[in-house]
Amino acid sequence: MLEVAVHHRLGAFTLDAAFEAPPGLCVLFGRSGSGKTSVINAVAGLMRPDEGRVRVGKRILGDTAQGIWLPPHKRRLGYIFQEGRLFPHLSVRQNLLYGRWFAGSLLPLDPVVEMLGLGPLLTRRPGALSGGEKQRVAIGRALLADPGLILADEPLAALDEARKREILPYFERLRDEARCPILYVSHSAAEVARLATTVVVLQDGRVVRQGSAAEVLSDPAVTPAGIRAVGAVLEVRVAAHHDDGLTELDAGGLPLYLPRVPQAVGAPLRIRIAAQEVILARQKPVGLSALNILPGKVDSIREGEGPGALVSLDTAAGRVLARVTRRSAEGLGLAPGVDCFAVVKTVAIAREDVGTA
Amino acid sequence: MDWLSPAEWEAVRLSLRVSFWATVAALPFGLFIAYALARWRFPGKQILNGLVHLPLILPPVVTGYLLLITFSPRAPVGGFLKSIGISFAFNWTGAALAAGIMGFPLMVRAMRLSIEAVDPKLEQAAATLGASRPWVFATVTLPMVLPGVLAGAILGFAKAMGEFGATITFVSNIPGQTQTLPSAIYAFLQVPGGEASALRLVAVAVAVAMLALLLSEWISRRVAARVGGA
Repeated sequence: MLEVAVHHRLGAFTLDAAFEAPPGLCVLFGRSGSGKTSVINAVAGLMRPDEGRVRVGKRILGDTAQGIWLPPHKRRLGYIFQEGRLFPHLSVRQNLLYGRWFAGSLLPLDPVVEMLGLGPLLTRRPGALSGGEKQRVAIGRALLADPGLILADEPLAALDEARKREILPYFERLRDEARCPILYVSHSAAEVARLATTVVVLQDGRVVRQGSAAEVLSDPAVTPAGIRAVGAVLEVRVAAHHDDGLTELDAGGLPLYLPRVPQAVGAPLRIRIAAQEVILARQKPVGLSALNILPGKVDSIREGEGPGALVSLDTAAGRVLARVTRRSAEGLGLAPGVDCFAVVKTVAIAREDVGTA
Repeated sequence: MDWLSPAEWEAVRLSLRVSFWATVAALPFGLFIAYALARWRFPGKQILNGLVHLPLILPPVVTGYLLLITFSPRAPVGGFLKSIGISFAFNWTGAALAAGIMGFPLMVRAMRLSIEAVDPKLEQAAATLGASRPWVFATVTLPMVLPGVLAGAILGFAKAMGEFGATITFVSNIPGQTQTLPSAIYAFLQVPGGEASALRLVAVAVAVAMLALLLSEWISRRVAARVGGA
Protein backbone atom coordinates (compact mmCIF):
# COMPACT_ATOMS: atom_id res chain seq x y z
CA MET A 1 0.00 0.00 0.00
CA LEU A 2 1.40 3.33 -1.06
CA GLU A 3 -0.02 6.67 -0.01
CA VAL A 4 1.17 9.86 -1.66
CA ALA A 5 0.08 13.46 -1.20
CA VAL A 6 2.12 16.29 -2.63
CA HIS A 7 1.39 19.99 -2.69
CA HIS A 8 4.01 22.23 -4.22
CA ARG A 9 4.11 25.58 -5.98
CA LEU A 10 6.75 26.24 -8.57
CA GLY A 11 6.24 29.61 -10.22
CA ALA A 12 2.95 29.48 -12.07
CA PHE A 13 2.71 25.69 -11.79
CA THR A 14 0.91 24.18 -8.84
CA LEU A 15 1.31 20.53 -8.11
CA ASP A 16 -1.53 19.20 -6.00
CA ALA A 17 -1.69 15.44 -6.27
CA ALA A 18 -2.87 12.82 -3.81
CA PHE A 19 -3.57 9.15 -4.33
CA GLU A 20 -3.44 5.76 -2.68
CA ALA A 21 -2.22 2.80 -4.65
CA PRO A 22 -3.04 -0.83 -3.80
CA PRO A 23 -0.25 -3.42 -3.87
CA GLY A 24 1.14 -4.01 -7.33
CA LEU A 25 2.28 -1.63 -10.00
CA CYS A 26 0.82 1.86 -10.06
CA VAL A 27 1.38 3.86 -13.24
CA LEU A 28 1.51 7.63 -12.96
CA PHE A 29 0.17 8.49 -16.39
CA GLY A 30 0.36 11.92 -17.94
CA ARG A 31 1.81 14.18 -20.59
CA SER A 32 5.21 15.73 -20.11
CA GLY A 33 4.77 18.74 -17.87
CA SER A 34 1.86 17.21 -15.98
CA GLY A 35 3.96 16.86 -12.84
CA LYS A 36 4.67 13.12 -12.94
CA THR A 37 8.39 13.45 -12.40
CA SER A 38 7.91 15.97 -9.57
CA VAL A 39 5.61 13.51 -7.80
CA ILE A 40 8.03 10.60 -8.12
CA ASN A 41 10.96 12.78 -7.04
CA ALA A 42 9.01 13.88 -3.98
CA VAL A 43 8.32 10.22 -3.20
CA ALA A 44 12.06 9.55 -3.60
CA GLY A 45 12.97 12.48 -1.35
CA LEU A 46 14.95 14.13 -4.14
CA MET A 47 12.54 17.06 -3.92
CA ARG A 48 10.91 18.48 -0.80
CA PRO A 49 7.43 19.80 -1.51
CA ASP A 50 5.81 22.67 0.38
CA GLU A 51 3.47 20.13 1.91
CA GLY A 52 3.48 16.42 1.47
CA ARG A 53 3.04 12.97 2.89
CA VAL A 54 4.46 9.69 1.65
CA ARG A 55 3.70 6.37 3.30
CA VAL A 56 4.66 2.85 2.23
CA GLY A 57 2.73 0.32 4.28
CA LYS A 58 3.40 1.39 7.84
CA ARG A 59 6.61 3.30 7.06
CA ILE A 60 6.22 7.05 6.84
CA LEU A 61 8.87 8.36 4.45
CA GLY A 62 7.75 11.91 4.81
CA ASP A 63 5.08 13.98 6.46
CA THR A 64 5.70 17.70 6.41
CA ALA A 65 2.88 18.20 8.93
CA GLN A 66 4.99 16.24 11.44
CA GLY A 67 8.22 17.83 10.20
CA ILE A 68 9.44 14.53 8.75
CA TRP A 69 11.05 14.39 5.32
CA LEU A 70 13.57 11.58 5.08
CA PRO A 71 16.52 12.08 2.75
CA PRO A 72 16.65 9.66 -0.21
CA HIS A 73 19.25 7.40 1.30
CA LYS A 74 17.04 6.59 4.28
CA ARG A 75 13.96 5.67 2.23
CA ARG A 76 14.99 2.16 1.12
CA LEU A 77 14.27 2.75 -2.55
CA GLY A 78 15.02 1.09 -5.80
CA TYR A 79 14.84 3.91 -8.33
CA ILE A 80 15.10 3.01 -12.01
CA PHE A 81 15.80 6.18 -13.99
CA GLN A 82 15.02 6.89 -17.61
CA GLU A 83 18.68 7.16 -18.52
CA GLY A 84 19.83 4.27 -16.36
CA ARG A 85 22.27 6.45 -14.43
CA LEU A 86 24.77 3.65 -14.01
CA PHE A 87 28.06 4.64 -12.41
CA PRO A 88 30.53 4.91 -15.29
CA HIS A 89 33.59 4.30 -13.13
CA LEU A 90 32.30 0.99 -11.77
CA SER A 91 31.90 -2.37 -13.48
CA VAL A 92 28.45 -3.86 -13.99
CA ARG A 93 29.03 -6.14 -11.00
CA GLN A 94 30.06 -3.19 -8.81
CA ASN A 95 27.03 -1.23 -10.01
CA LEU A 96 24.77 -4.14 -9.06
CA LEU A 97 26.33 -4.45 -5.62
CA TYR A 98 26.33 -0.72 -4.87
CA GLY A 99 22.88 -0.49 -3.31
CA ARG A 100 23.14 -3.92 -1.75
CA TRP A 101 26.15 -2.80 0.21
CA PHE A 102 24.29 0.12 1.75
CA ALA A 103 21.17 -1.96 2.36
CA GLY A 104 23.30 -4.32 4.42
CA SER A 105 20.83 -7.11 3.72
CA LEU A 106 23.01 -9.11 1.33
CA LEU A 107 20.45 -10.40 -1.16
CA PRO A 108 22.00 -13.09 -3.35
CA LEU A 109 23.35 -11.73 -6.62
CA ASP A 110 22.85 -14.84 -8.74
CA PRO A 111 19.04 -14.97 -9.05
CA VAL A 112 18.93 -11.33 -10.15
CA VAL A 113 21.79 -11.83 -12.61
CA GLU A 114 20.00 -14.88 -13.99
CA MET A 115 16.56 -13.28 -14.21
CA LEU A 116 17.93 -10.29 -16.12
CA GLY A 117 20.46 -12.22 -18.18
CA LEU A 118 23.37 -10.16 -16.88
CA GLY A 119 25.95 -12.98 -16.60
CA PRO A 120 28.01 -12.07 -19.67
CA LEU A 121 28.00 -8.37 -18.74
CA LEU A 122 29.31 -8.52 -15.18
CA THR A 123 32.90 -7.52 -15.87
CA ARG A 124 32.04 -4.83 -18.41
CA ARG A 125 31.76 -1.11 -17.82
CA PRO A 126 28.48 0.75 -18.46
CA GLY A 127 30.08 2.71 -21.31
CA ALA A 128 30.32 -0.52 -23.28
CA LEU A 129 26.66 -1.52 -22.88
CA SER A 130 23.70 -0.99 -25.20
CA GLY A 131 20.69 0.99 -24.02
CA GLY A 132 18.67 -2.14 -23.28
CA GLU A 133 21.55 -3.75 -21.38
CA LYS A 134 22.02 -0.60 -19.31
CA GLN A 135 18.36 -0.64 -18.31
CA ARG A 136 18.56 -4.31 -17.33
CA VAL A 137 21.54 -3.50 -15.10
CA ALA A 138 19.63 -0.55 -13.64
CA ILE A 139 16.71 -2.84 -12.79
CA GLY A 140 19.07 -5.33 -11.16
CA ARG A 141 20.82 -2.60 -9.19
CA ALA A 142 17.47 -1.36 -7.86
CA LEU A 143 16.32 -4.88 -6.92
CA LEU A 144 19.53 -5.72 -5.07
CA ALA A 145 19.14 -2.65 -2.88
CA ASP A 146 16.36 -4.69 -1.21
CA PRO A 147 13.90 -1.83 -1.67
CA GLY A 148 10.69 -1.25 0.22
CA LEU A 149 9.44 0.71 -2.78
CA ILE A 150 10.45 0.52 -6.42
CA LEU A 151 10.30 3.71 -8.47
CA ALA A 152 10.65 3.86 -12.25
CA ASP A 153 10.66 7.14 -14.17
CA GLU A 154 9.85 6.41 -17.83
CA PRO A 155 12.40 3.60 -17.88
CA LEU A 156 11.65 2.72 -21.49
CA ALA A 157 11.31 6.19 -22.98
CA ALA A 158 14.92 6.40 -24.14
CA LEU A 159 14.83 3.00 -25.88
CA ASP A 160 13.85 2.07 -29.42
CA GLU A 161 10.88 -0.23 -30.08
CA ALA A 162 12.96 -3.41 -30.18
CA ARG A 163 14.63 -2.60 -26.84
CA LYS A 164 11.25 -1.73 -25.30
CA ARG A 165 9.99 -5.17 -26.26
CA GLU A 166 13.10 -6.62 -24.65
CA ILE A 167 12.66 -4.78 -21.31
CA LEU A 168 8.86 -4.75 -20.85
CA PRO A 169 8.64 -8.43 -19.83
CA TYR A 170 11.07 -7.76 -16.98
CA PHE A 171 8.72 -5.15 -15.57
CA GLU A 172 5.85 -7.62 -15.89
CA ARG A 173 7.87 -10.09 -13.82
CA LEU A 174 8.71 -7.35 -11.36
CA ARG A 175 5.03 -6.52 -10.97
CA ASP A 176 4.16 -10.18 -10.40
CA GLU A 177 7.10 -11.12 -8.16
CA ALA A 178 8.18 -8.03 -6.24
CA ARG A 179 6.98 -7.93 -2.66
CA CYS A 180 6.94 -4.14 -2.57
CA PRO A 181 4.81 -1.56 -4.36
CA ILE A 182 6.03 -0.16 -7.65
CA LEU A 183 5.41 3.41 -8.79
CA TYR A 184 5.96 3.70 -12.52
CA VAL A 185 5.87 6.95 -14.47
CA SER A 186 4.85 6.73 -18.11
CA HIS A 187 3.13 8.50 -20.96
CA SER A 188 2.73 5.38 -23.07
CA ALA A 189 -0.67 3.72 -23.37
CA ALA A 190 0.99 0.44 -24.33
CA GLU A 191 2.99 0.39 -21.10
CA VAL A 192 -0.11 1.22 -19.06
CA ALA A 193 -2.10 -1.51 -20.78
CA ARG A 194 0.54 -4.13 -20.15
CA LEU A 195 1.83 -3.23 -16.71
CA ALA A 196 -0.63 -1.28 -14.62
CA THR A 197 -2.45 -2.69 -11.64
CA THR A 198 -3.73 0.84 -11.08
CA VAL A 199 -3.41 3.96 -13.19
CA VAL A 200 -3.30 7.46 -11.73
CA VAL A 201 -3.81 10.08 -14.42
CA LEU A 202 -2.11 13.41 -13.85
CA GLN A 203 -3.01 16.54 -15.73
CA ASP A 204 -1.63 20.00 -14.97
CA GLY A 205 -0.41 18.86 -11.59
CA ARG A 206 -3.69 17.28 -10.51
CA VAL A 207 -5.00 13.73 -10.32
CA VAL A 208 -7.90 13.66 -12.77
CA ARG A 209 -8.65 9.96 -12.73
CA GLN A 210 -7.65 6.77 -10.99
CA GLY A 211 -8.65 3.28 -11.99
CA SER A 212 -7.71 0.10 -13.79
CA ALA A 213 -5.90 0.22 -17.13
CA ALA A 214 -9.08 -0.82 -18.95
CA GLU A 215 -11.13 1.96 -17.36
CA VAL A 216 -8.62 4.73 -17.87
CA LEU A 217 -7.54 3.86 -21.39
CA SER A 218 -11.12 3.68 -22.62
CA ASP A 219 -11.88 7.22 -21.54
CA PRO A 220 -10.86 9.76 -24.19
CA ALA A 221 -11.43 12.60 -21.76
CA VAL A 222 -8.45 11.68 -19.63
CA THR A 223 -6.10 9.77 -21.88
CA PRO A 224 -3.05 12.00 -21.96
CA ALA A 225 -1.49 10.41 -25.00
CA GLY A 226 -4.33 11.70 -27.17
CA ILE A 227 -7.18 10.08 -29.03
CA ARG A 228 -4.84 7.71 -30.86
CA ALA A 229 -3.99 6.02 -27.59
CA VAL A 230 -7.60 5.32 -26.69
CA GLY A 231 -8.30 1.64 -26.76
CA ALA A 232 -9.72 -1.35 -24.97
CA VAL A 233 -7.70 -3.64 -22.74
CA LEU A 234 -8.89 -7.26 -22.85
CA GLU A 235 -7.92 -10.05 -20.50
CA VAL A 236 -7.51 -13.19 -22.57
CA ARG A 237 -5.89 -16.63 -22.47
CA VAL A 238 -3.71 -18.41 -25.03
CA ALA A 239 -5.87 -21.14 -26.60
CA ALA A 240 -3.65 -22.63 -29.29
CA HIS A 241 -0.66 -21.96 -31.51
CA HIS A 242 -1.41 -22.68 -35.16
CA ASP A 243 0.97 -23.82 -37.87
CA ASP A 244 0.36 -20.77 -40.03
CA GLY A 245 2.09 -18.46 -37.55
CA LEU A 246 -1.00 -17.37 -35.66
CA THR A 247 -1.92 -17.72 -32.00
CA GLU A 248 -5.53 -18.28 -31.10
CA LEU A 249 -6.75 -16.59 -27.95
CA ASP A 250 -9.78 -17.28 -25.85
CA ALA A 251 -11.44 -13.97 -25.10
CA GLY A 252 -14.42 -14.73 -22.91
CA GLY A 253 -15.37 -17.64 -25.17
CA LEU A 254 -14.73 -15.76 -28.41
CA PRO A 255 -11.73 -16.66 -30.57
CA LEU A 256 -9.19 -13.94 -31.35
CA TYR A 257 -6.23 -14.41 -33.68
CA LEU A 258 -2.90 -12.72 -33.22
CA PRO A 259 0.50 -13.07 -34.82
CA ARG A 260 2.34 -15.79 -32.85
CA VAL A 261 3.13 -14.84 -29.24
CA PRO A 262 5.78 -16.62 -27.15
CA GLN A 263 3.55 -17.43 -24.16
CA ALA A 264 2.48 -21.04 -23.56
CA VAL A 265 -1.03 -22.38 -24.14
CA GLY A 266 -3.16 -21.51 -21.11
CA ALA A 267 -1.13 -18.41 -20.21
CA PRO A 268 -3.20 -15.34 -19.35
CA LEU A 269 -2.53 -12.30 -21.54
CA ARG A 270 -3.53 -8.68 -21.66
CA ILE A 271 -4.01 -7.15 -25.05
CA ARG A 272 -4.76 -3.60 -26.01
CA ILE A 273 -6.88 -2.96 -29.10
CA ALA A 274 -6.57 0.64 -30.25
CA ALA A 275 -9.96 2.19 -30.98
CA GLN A 276 -8.81 3.50 -34.33
CA GLU A 277 -8.03 -0.05 -35.54
CA VAL A 278 -11.59 -1.29 -35.01
CA ILE A 279 -14.24 -1.33 -37.77
CA LEU A 280 -17.95 -1.65 -37.00
CA ALA A 281 -20.59 -3.54 -38.98
CA ARG A 282 -24.30 -4.00 -38.36
CA GLN A 283 -24.48 -7.44 -40.01
CA LYS A 284 -21.97 -10.20 -39.48
CA PRO A 285 -19.51 -9.57 -42.32
CA VAL A 286 -18.89 -12.31 -44.85
CA GLY A 287 -16.10 -12.54 -47.37
CA LEU A 288 -13.84 -10.36 -45.22
CA SER A 289 -10.12 -10.82 -44.75
CA ALA A 290 -10.15 -9.73 -41.11
CA LEU A 291 -10.13 -12.74 -38.80
CA ASN A 292 -11.42 -11.20 -35.60
CA ILE A 293 -15.12 -10.51 -35.52
CA LEU A 294 -16.64 -9.83 -32.10
CA PRO A 295 -20.43 -9.60 -31.76
CA GLY A 296 -21.66 -7.11 -29.18
CA LYS A 297 -24.10 -4.42 -28.21
CA VAL A 298 -23.48 -0.67 -28.32
CA ASP A 299 -23.13 0.69 -24.82
CA SER A 300 -22.47 4.34 -25.54
CA ILE A 301 -21.43 6.75 -28.27
CA ARG A 302 -19.27 9.71 -27.40
CA GLU A 303 -18.91 12.47 -29.91
CA GLY A 304 -15.81 14.57 -29.61
CA GLU A 305 -14.65 17.60 -31.46
CA GLY A 306 -14.24 17.11 -35.18
CA PRO A 307 -15.75 14.39 -37.30
CA GLY A 308 -15.04 11.44 -35.00
CA ALA A 309 -17.09 9.47 -32.52
CA LEU A 310 -15.99 6.86 -30.02
CA VAL A 311 -18.32 3.87 -29.87
CA SER A 312 -18.11 1.61 -26.87
CA LEU A 313 -19.31 -1.93 -27.41
CA ASP A 314 -20.06 -4.66 -24.86
CA THR A 315 -18.87 -8.03 -26.11
CA ALA A 316 -18.30 -11.41 -24.47
CA ALA A 317 -14.57 -10.59 -24.60
CA GLY A 318 -15.08 -7.37 -22.66
CA ARG A 319 -15.55 -3.77 -23.61
CA VAL A 320 -14.25 -2.91 -27.08
CA LEU A 321 -13.84 0.64 -28.36
CA ALA A 322 -14.14 1.76 -31.94
CA ARG A 323 -13.28 5.16 -33.33
CA VAL A 324 -15.46 5.87 -36.35
CA THR A 325 -16.74 9.00 -38.07
CA ARG A 326 -19.97 10.57 -36.92
CA ARG A 327 -21.24 10.10 -40.45
CA SER A 328 -20.73 6.30 -40.21
CA ALA A 329 -22.30 6.15 -36.79
CA GLU A 330 -25.39 7.90 -38.11
CA GLY A 331 -25.41 5.93 -41.36
CA LEU A 332 -25.32 2.64 -39.48
CA GLY A 333 -28.01 3.84 -37.13
CA LEU A 334 -25.82 3.17 -34.10
CA ALA A 335 -27.39 3.90 -30.73
CA PRO A 336 -27.11 2.41 -27.26
CA GLY A 337 -28.55 -1.11 -27.24
CA VAL A 338 -28.09 -1.75 -30.95
CA ASP A 339 -26.45 -5.05 -31.95
CA CYS A 340 -23.21 -4.63 -33.82
CA PHE A 341 -20.01 -6.42 -34.83
CA ALA A 342 -16.49 -5.20 -34.13
CA VAL A 343 -13.93 -6.20 -36.73
CA VAL A 344 -10.19 -6.16 -35.96
CA LYS A 345 -7.40 -7.10 -38.32
CA THR A 346 -5.03 -9.60 -36.77
CA VAL A 347 -1.99 -7.57 -37.74
CA ALA A 348 -3.48 -4.41 -36.24
CA ILE A 349 -2.74 -5.65 -32.73
CA ALA A 350 0.77 -4.37 -32.15
CA ARG A 351 3.32 -6.58 -30.47
CA GLU A 352 4.02 -4.05 -27.74
CA ASP A 353 0.33 -4.15 -26.86
CA VAL A 354 0.45 -7.83 -25.92
CA GLY A 355 1.74 -8.80 -22.51
CA THR A 356 1.37 -11.27 -19.70
CA ALA A 357 -1.57 -10.56 -17.44
CA MET B 1 75.75 12.11 -9.84
CA ASP B 2 78.43 14.69 -9.86
CA TRP B 3 77.32 16.75 -12.80
CA LEU B 4 75.59 19.03 -10.30
CA SER B 5 77.58 20.72 -7.56
CA PRO B 6 76.41 20.17 -3.96
CA ALA B 7 75.01 23.69 -3.91
CA GLU B 8 73.03 22.99 -7.06
CA TRP B 9 71.75 19.69 -5.67
CA GLU B 10 70.73 21.48 -2.55
CA ALA B 11 68.53 23.85 -4.59
CA VAL B 12 66.96 21.01 -6.60
CA ARG B 13 66.22 18.93 -3.52
CA LEU B 14 64.80 21.91 -1.67
CA SER B 15 62.60 22.82 -4.61
CA LEU B 16 61.21 19.30 -4.87
CA ARG B 17 60.54 19.22 -1.13
CA VAL B 18 58.94 22.66 -1.09
CA SER B 19 56.75 21.87 -4.11
CA PHE B 20 55.74 18.44 -2.81
CA TRP B 21 54.58 19.77 0.55
CA ALA B 22 53.00 22.84 -1.01
CA THR B 23 50.93 20.54 -3.24
CA VAL B 24 50.04 18.02 -0.55
CA ALA B 25 49.00 20.72 1.91
CA ALA B 26 46.99 22.68 -0.66
CA LEU B 27 45.17 19.63 -2.06
CA PRO B 28 42.43 19.16 0.58
CA PHE B 29 41.74 22.91 0.80
CA GLY B 30 41.71 23.15 -2.97
CA LEU B 31 39.28 20.25 -3.31
CA PHE B 32 36.98 21.68 -0.66
CA ILE B 33 36.91 25.13 -2.19
CA ALA B 34 36.55 23.76 -5.71
CA TYR B 35 33.57 21.68 -4.54
CA ALA B 36 32.01 24.67 -2.79
CA LEU B 37 32.44 26.87 -5.86
CA ALA B 38 31.11 24.17 -8.20
CA ARG B 39 28.14 22.97 -6.18
CA TRP B 40 27.04 25.29 -3.41
CA ARG B 41 25.25 28.57 -3.52
CA PHE B 42 26.18 30.88 -0.69
CA PRO B 43 26.57 34.60 -0.13
CA GLY B 44 30.03 35.85 -0.94
CA LYS B 45 30.70 33.12 -3.47
CA GLN B 46 32.03 35.62 -6.02
CA ILE B 47 34.27 37.16 -3.36
CA LEU B 48 35.70 33.76 -2.47
CA ASN B 49 36.23 33.06 -6.15
CA GLY B 50 38.04 36.37 -6.52
CA LEU B 51 40.23 35.74 -3.47
CA VAL B 52 41.23 32.33 -4.77
CA HIS B 53 42.21 33.80 -8.11
CA LEU B 54 44.01 36.82 -6.66
CA PRO B 55 47.51 35.25 -6.64
CA LEU B 56 47.11 34.52 -10.34
CA ILE B 57 46.47 38.16 -11.17
CA LEU B 58 48.48 40.12 -8.58
CA PRO B 59 52.16 40.71 -9.19
CA PRO B 60 53.90 37.87 -7.29
CA VAL B 61 55.93 40.40 -5.38
CA VAL B 62 52.70 41.82 -3.97
CA THR B 63 51.55 38.38 -2.84
CA GLY B 64 54.97 37.81 -1.29
CA TYR B 65 54.87 41.12 0.53
CA LEU B 66 51.33 40.45 1.82
CA LEU B 67 52.55 37.09 3.14
CA LEU B 68 55.50 38.80 4.74
CA ILE B 69 53.41 41.35 6.63
CA THR B 70 50.91 38.68 7.64
CA PHE B 71 53.26 35.93 8.76
CA SER B 72 56.30 37.81 10.00
CA PRO B 73 56.82 37.03 13.69
CA ARG B 74 56.06 40.64 14.54
CA ALA B 75 52.65 40.53 12.84
CA PRO B 76 49.70 39.28 14.89
CA VAL B 77 49.13 36.11 12.82
CA GLY B 78 52.82 35.27 12.55
CA GLY B 79 53.33 36.06 16.22
CA PHE B 80 50.53 33.75 17.25
CA LEU B 81 51.82 30.94 15.04
CA LYS B 82 55.32 31.41 16.40
CA SER B 83 54.00 31.16 19.96
CA ILE B 84 52.62 27.70 19.13
CA GLY B 85 55.84 26.69 17.38
CA ILE B 86 54.99 27.27 13.72
CA SER B 87 57.29 29.58 11.84
CA PHE B 88 57.12 30.52 8.19
CA ALA B 89 59.50 33.44 8.03
CA PHE B 90 62.83 32.77 6.27
CA ASN B 91 62.22 29.05 6.50
CA TRP B 92 61.58 26.37 3.86
CA THR B 93 58.01 26.04 5.19
CA GLY B 94 57.52 29.67 4.22
CA ALA B 95 58.70 28.86 0.71
CA ALA B 96 56.18 26.02 0.64
CA LEU B 97 53.42 28.36 1.84
CA ALA B 98 54.21 30.89 -0.88
CA ALA B 99 54.46 28.19 -3.56
CA GLY B 100 51.21 26.59 -2.42
CA ILE B 101 49.32 29.88 -2.49
CA MET B 102 50.66 30.78 -5.92
CA GLY B 103 49.66 27.38 -7.32
CA PHE B 104 46.29 27.35 -5.57
CA PRO B 105 44.22 29.11 -8.29
CA LEU B 106 45.45 26.72 -10.98
CA MET B 107 44.67 23.76 -8.76
CA VAL B 108 41.18 24.97 -7.86
CA ARG B 109 40.33 25.80 -11.49
CA ALA B 110 41.17 22.33 -12.76
CA MET B 111 39.29 20.65 -9.91
CA ARG B 112 36.28 22.91 -10.20
CA LEU B 113 35.91 22.19 -13.90
CA SER B 114 36.02 18.45 -13.33
CA ILE B 115 33.51 18.64 -10.47
CA GLU B 116 31.16 20.67 -12.63
CA ALA B 117 31.43 17.97 -15.28
CA VAL B 118 30.04 15.32 -12.90
CA ASP B 119 26.33 14.87 -13.55
CA PRO B 120 24.47 15.53 -10.25
CA LYS B 121 21.97 12.94 -11.45
CA LEU B 122 24.55 10.24 -10.75
CA GLU B 123 24.92 11.54 -7.21
CA GLN B 124 21.13 11.46 -6.85
CA ALA B 125 21.10 7.88 -8.08
CA ALA B 126 23.67 6.97 -5.45
CA ALA B 127 21.56 8.65 -2.77
CA THR B 128 18.46 6.67 -3.77
CA LEU B 129 20.55 3.49 -3.42
CA GLY B 130 21.24 4.29 0.21
CA ALA B 131 24.44 6.35 0.12
CA SER B 132 24.60 9.30 2.53
CA ARG B 133 26.28 12.52 1.35
CA PRO B 134 29.81 11.66 2.48
CA TRP B 135 29.49 8.24 0.90
CA VAL B 136 28.19 9.72 -2.34
CA PHE B 137 31.21 11.99 -2.41
CA ALA B 138 33.66 9.20 -1.65
CA THR B 139 32.22 6.57 -3.99
CA VAL B 140 30.86 8.58 -6.91
CA THR B 141 32.03 12.20 -7.00
CA LEU B 142 35.65 11.72 -6.00
CA PRO B 143 36.45 8.79 -8.31
CA MET B 144 34.90 10.68 -11.20
CA VAL B 145 36.82 13.90 -10.54
CA LEU B 146 40.10 12.09 -9.96
CA PRO B 147 41.56 13.09 -13.34
CA GLY B 148 40.80 16.72 -12.57
CA VAL B 149 42.23 16.44 -9.06
CA LEU B 150 45.43 14.91 -10.41
CA ALA B 151 45.68 17.46 -13.19
CA GLY B 152 45.17 20.22 -10.62
CA ALA B 153 47.78 18.74 -8.32
CA ILE B 154 50.34 18.46 -11.08
CA LEU B 155 49.64 21.98 -12.29
CA GLY B 156 50.03 23.21 -8.71
CA PHE B 157 53.27 21.27 -8.35
CA ALA B 158 54.68 22.65 -11.59
CA LYS B 159 53.71 26.17 -10.57
CA ALA B 160 55.35 25.62 -7.17
CA MET B 161 58.56 24.44 -8.83
CA GLY B 162 58.71 27.63 -10.85
CA GLU B 163 57.59 30.09 -8.18
CA PHE B 164 60.05 32.93 -7.73
CA GLY B 165 58.65 36.36 -7.02
CA ALA B 166 56.46 35.66 -4.00
CA THR B 167 59.00 33.26 -2.52
CA ILE B 168 61.98 35.58 -2.72
CA THR B 169 59.93 38.48 -1.34
CA PHE B 170 58.47 36.46 1.52
CA VAL B 171 61.35 34.27 2.65
CA SER B 172 64.33 35.74 0.77
CA ASN B 173 67.02 33.65 -0.91
CA ILE B 174 68.92 31.67 1.73
CA PRO B 175 70.91 28.72 0.36
CA GLY B 176 69.73 25.46 1.93
CA GLN B 177 66.76 27.19 3.56
CA THR B 178 64.73 29.09 1.01
CA GLN B 179 66.88 29.07 -2.11
CA THR B 180 64.66 27.09 -4.47
CA LEU B 181 65.63 26.28 -8.03
CA PRO B 182 64.49 29.56 -9.61
CA SER B 183 66.08 31.59 -6.82
CA ALA B 184 69.30 29.63 -7.27
CA ILE B 185 69.31 30.29 -11.02
CA TYR B 186 68.75 33.97 -10.27
CA ALA B 187 71.58 33.97 -7.72
CA PHE B 188 74.03 32.20 -10.05
CA LEU B 189 73.31 34.73 -12.75
CA GLN B 190 74.23 37.52 -10.35
CA VAL B 191 77.84 36.28 -9.88
CA PRO B 192 80.54 36.21 -12.57
CA GLY B 193 81.10 32.69 -13.94
CA GLY B 194 77.79 31.44 -12.64
CA GLU B 195 76.29 30.86 -16.09
CA ALA B 196 77.34 27.22 -16.25
CA SER B 197 75.62 26.45 -12.94
CA ALA B 198 72.58 28.40 -14.00
CA LEU B 199 72.39 26.48 -17.28
CA ARG B 200 72.59 23.11 -15.52
CA LEU B 201 69.75 24.13 -13.21
CA VAL B 202 67.76 25.36 -16.20
CA ALA B 203 68.16 21.90 -17.72
CA VAL B 204 66.89 20.35 -14.49
CA ALA B 205 63.92 22.74 -14.43
CA VAL B 206 63.03 21.88 -18.01
CA ALA B 207 63.34 18.16 -17.31
CA VAL B 208 61.16 18.33 -14.19
CA ALA B 209 58.53 20.38 -15.99
CA MET B 210 58.45 17.98 -18.95
CA LEU B 211 58.26 14.99 -16.63
CA ALA B 212 55.37 16.53 -14.70
CA LEU B 213 53.48 17.24 -17.92
CA LEU B 214 54.01 13.74 -19.33
CA LEU B 215 53.04 12.20 -16.01
CA SER B 216 49.84 14.21 -15.82
CA GLU B 217 48.94 13.29 -19.41
CA TRP B 218 49.58 9.62 -18.71
CA ILE B 219 47.63 9.57 -15.46
CA SER B 220 44.65 11.45 -16.80
CA ARG B 221 44.51 9.23 -19.89
CA ARG B 222 44.60 6.09 -17.74
CA VAL B 223 41.98 7.40 -15.35
CA ALA B 224 39.79 8.67 -18.18
CA ALA B 225 39.90 5.24 -19.83
CA ARG B 226 38.88 3.65 -16.54
CA VAL B 227 36.11 6.13 -15.84
CA GLY B 228 34.83 6.39 -19.40
CA GLY B 229 34.69 2.65 -19.80
CA ALA B 230 34.24 3.01 -23.54
